[in-house]
Amino acid sequence: MTGLSSWIAMGGHAPFVWGSYGVSALILGALAIVSWRGHRAARALVARLEAEGARRRPAPGANAAASTAAPERAA
Amino acid sequence: MDRPATPPAALASGQAAPAHAAPEGARATAGRVNLHRFANPGRFLRLSGQLLPWIAAAAALLLGLGLAWGLAFSPADYQQGETVRIMYIHVPSAWVAMACYSTMAIASASALVWRHPLADLVAIECAPIGACFTAVCLVTGSLWGRPMWGTYWVWDARLTSVLLLFFLYLGHIALVNAFDDPARGRRAGAILALVGAVNLPIIKFSVDWWSTLHQPASVSRLAAPAIHPDILWPLLVMALAFTLLFAALLLLRVRAAIYAQRARALMAARAAVRA
Repeated sequence: MTGLSSWIAMGGHAPFVWGSYGVSALILGALAIVSWRGHRAARALVARLEAEGARRRPAPGANAAASTAAPERAA
Repeated sequence: MDRPATPPAALASGQAAPAHAAPEGARATAGRVNLHRFANPGRFLRLSGQLLPWIAAAAALLLGLGLAWGLAFSPADYQQGETVRIMYIHVPSAWVAMACYSTMAIASASALVWRHPLADLVAIECAPIGACFTAVCLVTGSLWGRPMWGTYWVWDARLTSVLLLFFLYLGHIALVNAFDDPARGRRAGAILALVGAVNLPIIKFSVDWWSTLHQPASVSRLAAPAIHPDILWPLLVMALAFTLLFAALLLLRVRAAIYAQRARALMAARAAVRA
């Protein structure tokens, strides 16, 4: 285990080396997660709005469930 | 196919340009700039949706390889010891921070000159990504400086110009959001991005023009890089990984911005129907 512990010690500079990697992972990881969630939320919002728009203006011959959805909500 | 420039309203709904966009469209087609083939948001969403998983997977793979290589399998430097491993994130983040600003400046120029419909979105989404990579560069440089130079920070040309780059990114984010009219905010941001591009050569040549603690360029001297291959290779792998990570983040954020615009247009259309 001396190999592992000396690797972790980084020649006595462990706080600087691991600190650098840790802070970088934190900053870039947070950016990636925020960007990914923002993308997912925006795409879901567009899908929901488009689906609602399609329900509100049912095409001729659309099924009964779709055409009654809007009046039920209005009532 | 000479498609006229699409104004923001049509961009949001993903439809072709209406007739009132004719002056802009006429100017673009007169210049025979066919960039607008790729400026169609629908086409961009389709293409980026296909590319994104591959770019993200390649970035993750190279990041894993580069981290293992740099942290465990590359030798310690004979002068800097183990702290040289900080270089594997410090240098790639600095390169990406500058490449990101170049992207932002080029996108801003095409937004101002050609009214390229996606260019504004690219420029705006570059700013937070660039700010994060510049922050990584500054923090890792500081943590590298303490054991090697004996100080976290010096106000020399290289460090100060990179700090200015960080503030340019933050200023761009603030400026774009500072106007009630989003079009004016985008325009002001584009002008700031172009003016701030003066900082890029200053960063690059600061180590040659002024005396500094920071070491001069060691990799870009292609004929004879002043760096051993055992250290150069993991550095190049990490640089490629960071570049792909930047590309993936930019595509992801521009896609999100297109969806957000489309959502705003749909909600505005709904409000108009209700009124």
